[in-house]
Amino acid sequence: MSLVLDSGEITRALKRISHEIVEHTHGTDSVVLMGIPTRGSFLAARVAAILASIESPVEHGYLDITMHRDDLRLRPPRPLAETVMPPSGIEGKHVVLVDDVLFSGRTIRAALDALGELGRPQSVQLAVLVDRGHRELPIRADYVGKNIPTSTKESVKVYLSEIDGRDSVEITGGER
Amino acid sequence: MKHLLSINDLTASEAISILDTAAQLENLTSGTVKKLPTLRGRTVVNLFFEDSTRTRLSFDAAAKRLSADVTNFAAKGSSVSKGESLKDTAQTLQAMGADAIVIRHSASGAAKRLAESGWVSSSIINAGDGTHEHPTQALLDAFTIRKHFGPTRTDFVGLKVAIVGDIVHSRVARSNVLLLKKLGADVTVIAPPTLIPYGIENWGVAHSFNLDDELESFDVVMMLRVQLERMNEAYFPNGREYSRGYGLDEVRLGRLKQDAIVMHPGPMNRGLEISAASADSVRSVVLEQVSNGVLVRMAVLYQLLAGADQVSTGGLL
Amino acid sequence: MSELLIKNVVITDGSKVDIRIQDDRIIAVGPNLAGEGETIDCSGLMALPGFVDLHTHLREPGKENAETVLTGSQSAVRGGYTAVSAMPNTNPVADTAGVVEQVWRLGKSAGICDVYPIGAVSAGLNGEHLAEIGAMADSAARVRIFSDDGKCVSDPLLMRRALEYVKIFDGVIAQHAQEPRLTINSQMNEGIVASELGLTGWPAIAEESIIARDILLAETVKSRLHICHVSTKGSVELIRWAKAKGIAVTAEVTPHHLILTDELARGYDPIYKVNPPLRTSDDVIALRAGLADGTIDIVATDHAPHPAEDKDCEWASAAFGMVGLETAFGVVVTTMIETGLMDWDRLVQVMSINPAQIAGYGDQGRSLTAGNIANITLVDPKRVWQVDRESLVSRSSNTPFHGSTLTGAVVHTIYRGALVLKDQKLNGGGNVSNG
Repeated sequence: MSLVLDSGEITRALKRISHEIVEHTHGTDSVVLMGIPTRGSFLAARVAAILASIESPVEHGYLDITMHRDDLRLRPPRPLAETVMPPSGIEGKHVVLVDDVLFSGRTIRAALDALGELGRPQSVQLAVLVDRGHRELPIRADYVGKNIPTSTKESVKVYLSEIDGRDSVEITGGER
Repeated sequence: MKHLLSINDLTASEAISILDTAAQLENLTSGTVKKLPTLRGRTVVNLFFEDSTRTRLSFDAAAKRLSADVTNFAAKGSSVSKGESLKDTAQTLQAMGADAIVIRHSASGAAKRLAESGWVSSSIINAGDGTHEHPTQALLDAFTIRKHFGPTRTDFVGLKVAIVGDIVHSRVARSNVLLLKKLGADVTVIAPPTLIPYGIENWGVAHSFNLDDELESFDVVMMLRVQLERMNEAYFPNGREYSRGYGLDEVRLGRLKQDAIVMHPGPMNRGLEISAASADSVRSVVLEQVSNGVLVRMAVLYQLLAGADQVSTGGLL
Repeated sequence: MSELLIKNVVITDGSKVDIRIQDDRIIAVGPNLAGEGETIDCSGLMALPGFVDLHTHLREPGKENAETVLTGSQSAVRGGYTAVSAMPNTNPVADTAGVVEQVWRLGKSAGICDVYPIGAVSAGLNGEHLAEIGAMADSAARVRIFSDDGKCVSDPLLMRRALEYVKIFDGVIAQHAQEPRLTINSQMNEGIVASELGLTGWPAIAEESIIARDILLAETVKSRLHICHVSTKGSVELIRWAKAKGIAVTAEVTPHHLILTDELARGYDPIYKVNPPLRTSDDVIALRAGLADGTIDIVATDHAPHPAEDKDCEWASAAFGMVGLETAFGVVVTTMIETGLMDWDRLVQVMSINPAQIAGYGDQGRSLTAGNIANITLVDPKRVWQVDRESLVSRSSNTPFHGSTLTGAVVHTIYRGALVLKDQKLNGGGNVSNG
């Protein structure tokens, strides 16, 4: 097992992402964060809190993408997580999807479909804590906490204190 | 889980997870767009040997909201109108490639026969077999109860439920008794002695011949439809006497607990087992039951069809 | 002149003998016999008088896709039966001399076991008017047993008249005890299982109330009553009481009621749907005790063949009935001999001697002694075998015992001196001149 990001590094990464969001959206008017459960939801909440402290409050919500996955038939049926719309909705907003790890890109593809059925945002961007490469679809992140090249044999695990009791990003299964 | 034939096919936690899924689906489909792509390319056949517009429409809507292809097959299969047999109909559907068959039939055990005979390889959902069971009705009733008494409950311990009416002929009663007990509720069935099933002592519920005794103690009063034809088989003398003894009229409605709800699986005989005022009162959740029905049936279809194919524990396949 | 020599067979008293048969009779029984015809070494087997079934449905005329007199005879022979009584619920109903003679003639031309038609009590089985009982008794078929089986003679007046009428020729009325008003649309035993499965119950009291009534009628009229397929503990108690009072009532039990219970209905497989229905284990225990202590006189199969489509469906649409001729002996040995409830002498009584006596079949149920007609069943009392519905000789395969293991197998059957079953295979035979 190899520790790639510790608690402090995660916090700094999220702060940097927050500043980048402010910069690229020219202020945070009409920006809305949508976290992808499970850990993307917690990250979205953290980024929203940071944005509130450095700029102004930003609404956030959670977007469960289970019903739009393309790989449902490969495993027993998955339980659904919560979908919560931000108070002012997503119509005409700049939505920033927030997830923990970007890998094949299929989760984000499903998230785009799910989002499309909830409304029509003005634009959609993507913020991830870790980009580990190996895209299977033409999807890219706009904001990345850390780029970590990995082999497909390896497994990237994100732990967050809200649910796992600690903050870290670890890689297992390879030969680091 | 390959089939849903009986509440006995579910553990308590499987039942709760269906209710949880239904709750999330409610969230997902509460906006303007009601459709999800999850079962795109899958075929669901509604095989209804008994007339039932409401249940069929409910399953129809549920399957379509998950983008499944739906075929409605209204078959005649009673011994009175000797149409195609259940076996022949089933094998036709198999040849057409149905992923799931929702079956309603007048013979108890028809769904189990379909699931275990080897005639079809589809998932079978029992939408009502004779006087045996109607599992999705019990699930939507439980979902409705849960919404009123605690939307995230994992059990019904402490809830007192009365089921009133023609228990012996009611598949809704059997499924509800099984599910409510499984979830820990305190169930009492109330009916004249002629409509209480043989061996009720083995059902794990209380029973009473008197609707008025403990009416104030119930959180849920579930009224069952009573068929007036039963009076010709001497179950009760006539509708008037039945109503007087077992009907939910305004006086009884007024005696109910503060937060008690009134349920009915429909269709209602207004004036017989339930007065019009009771049916339309604020305590009545009958319309919610109908809309919850679509959500619960979506959850069941999701559970049976969306994931990897699973081997059923009881079948021949 | 044809000869058959059976060697090294054991009889019920335990002794090992040879049996020499000439034409249709036994001419010698003893050790170390010699003969001139075919010789069969029956070491390890027992010789019993041929079995007699007082309750078989041969379906011909009218439902030949399920069974014919020929295929039913073949099934009987495979089960060790040398005589069967054919119930009259055919199409047309056997309620006239014409139909019973037709069935009788079909039995003769099959020629491998005695086929004795039973006549209907009421015309068309309608339960309203007496059938031509006298004409049937006088016909070539010489009918002595009358029954509306399948239906109950529920009108007490009609039952009384029928019991009176058969006194002319010392006949017997065989009642299918089922009060119709208490069994409307009944599907299975009224009990805990039916209640859970949502299937309409067939209460025990519907059988018992008719038996009680008919016992009293038989006593008043001083005529012979036979109760078909007794299925409940209460029925056994009523019959025991009647016999203690000296009333002329006899009773039969089916093999399936000696072992199967209503729990089997839980899978909704209609192979277990039968009339009267499978009951509880308390009933099974009482029936076994009744058969052992003499309250129940005979085993009768109620062999009820049905084509596949009548069982390959939902319970409520399925036909009632099970085939039973080929598994009867195995079930009786397994449930009554192997459990020690009955000895071989009693088995011979309930499967051969008593039924022949009740029906008046003079050539059946006779002891294996020189001079008697040679109707003999040779069995392996210890053979353990598995029932396979595909290998039944009956035209139908609706047996509830498919896959079950039984002890006791019929190996050879000799009908009026002809070896009609040899090593469990049908053996030509037939066309022997019958008495």
